[in-house]
Amino acid sequence: MSGGTYLTDLSWPALAISAALILINGAISLALRLNLEKKLALAALRTVVQLLAVGYVLGWVFAVNRWYVVVAMMVLMTLVAGRAAGERSRWTYRQMRADSIVSVWGSSWLVAAIGLFVVLRVHPWYEPQYVIPILGMILGNTLTGVALGMERITGELQSRRDQIETLLAMGATRWEAFRPAAQAAVRAGMTPVINAMSVVGIVSLPGMMTGQVLAGQAPEAAIRYQIVIMFLISAASGLGTVSVVLLVYKRLFSAEHRFLYWRLTEH
Amino acid sequence: MPPAPSHPLLRAERIERRDPVAGAVLLHPVTLDLHAGEHLVMSGPSGAGKSVLMRSLALLDPLSGGVMSFQGRPVPACDVPLFRSRVAYLRQRPALLGGTVEDNLRLPFELKINAGRMYLRERALQLLEAAGKPAGFLAKEGRDLSGGEAQVMGLVRALQFDPDVLLLDEPTAALDPDSTAQVESLVLGWARERRAEVATVWISHDPAQGVRVGTRHCRMVAGRLSFTDATDADNAGAPREAA
Repeated sequence: MSGGTYLTDLSWPALAISAALILINGAISLALRLNLEKKLALAALRTVVQLLAVGYVLGWVFAVNRWYVVVAMMVLMTLVAGRAAGERSRWTYRQMRADSIVSVWGSSWLVAAIGLFVVLRVHPWYEPQYVIPILGMILGNTLTGVALGMERITGELQSRRDQIETLLAMGATRWEAFRPAAQAAVRAGMTPVINAMSVVGIVSLPGMMTGQVLAGQAPEAAIRYQIVIMFLISAASGLGTVSVVLLVYKRLFSAEHRFLYWRLTEH
Repeated sequence: MPPAPSHPLLRAERIERRDPVAGAVLLHPVTLDLHAGEHLVMSGPSGAGKSVLMRSLALLDPLSGGVMSFQGRPVPACDVPLFRSRVAYLRQRPALLGGTVEDNLRLPFELKINAGRMYLRERALQLLEAAGKPAGFLAKEGRDLSGGEAQVMGLVRALQFDPDVLLLDEPTAALDPDSTAQVESLVLGWARERRAEVATVWISHDPAQGVRVGTRHCRMVAGRLSFTDATDADNAGAPREAA
């Protein structure tokens, strides 16, 4: 650890100054009559409250350092992410929430397990200092992939109903009829992580790396972590998108090669 | 396996259908035999369930009861694509699948069910000619097609596979008299070509069309089917409605 200008802690007055900067946004909103002041204030307040709360919770989880507390925290994070992933679509079906949670859960935990136990080899296996932030980063991106995939696949199925039925009527299997919509949806779900991988380091410095560098780590070490994280994020996000699309397929196409379009209802 | 001659091509035995959400009866139990060489025309007010029956015959919607058989055998789930390739259903407005008319005609050859079959331009041109369309029609963009042209494209797309049964859901309802004549002559020409082997079912609001294309007639009212030809009075499908 290097000495010198290493920042150990941010003082409260420093935080207050950065909070004052948000007032600039408020001023813009007022000047242009965007009517966003209330939303801005609320969002800023939520940032503070949520992060403070999570800080205390994490502090407690780290201090207790028991596997069951860590796992409970992981489950909670996963459920919140899974629920959020299913709330975006205009077209819904009955088991949509369950399918989003299953997709987010399965793909993020699988990839997190590989990352933590095979790549990073954390010890003990529930070491919260690694497990929680890494799962959190994976969840955040998987959530995006699953939400986009779900939104797109239900929308595509709805708008392509005529095409799908025409294909089925010509003797297409349910998979052949489903495939064009699936391709569009998986592409939509994977685009954000592909974009992120393409511009990382040039346009954006990922939060985790920035945090490590600010906290005094050598950039090379931080970068190696970041590469691992990027791949974990991409893998989990892609896996989540594909799995949610397949779950929708199972729900909306029957073994008799029928498209059960009436199960899709407008939100 | 060749069908036993006594079997109808298509048999619906007391098939019925309810709304999958609300549970309302859309189609009361109906029994219907369609033999090779028959051309059945179905009429009735809109919303009476004509399309519901036709979609059920094509196995597109799940039945609430009854059995569908093809050439004397019930259709198992795994054979539904094969069944649909033999019993071609054409919706009111055919869906375009992108590209030119010829792209649309080629597309179904990529389906697994048609593996080993090759698109033959001569066959397509032959069918188009029967509908009074020039060879240049193949190069037309799908999105530029009129309702009548789209209908011809949909028919040629289905007929190039020589199905055994053709289910036509109001094929000419939205067409002008010229386009209607083209569609009719295409279907009738194809049926003549394969005379006693194929059958068609038409939904039509036009009694004159019913006379032109039909050998048998039925009427759907409020989800109940009744046969209107004198010879059909003892048909098993409509004991209650029989006069």
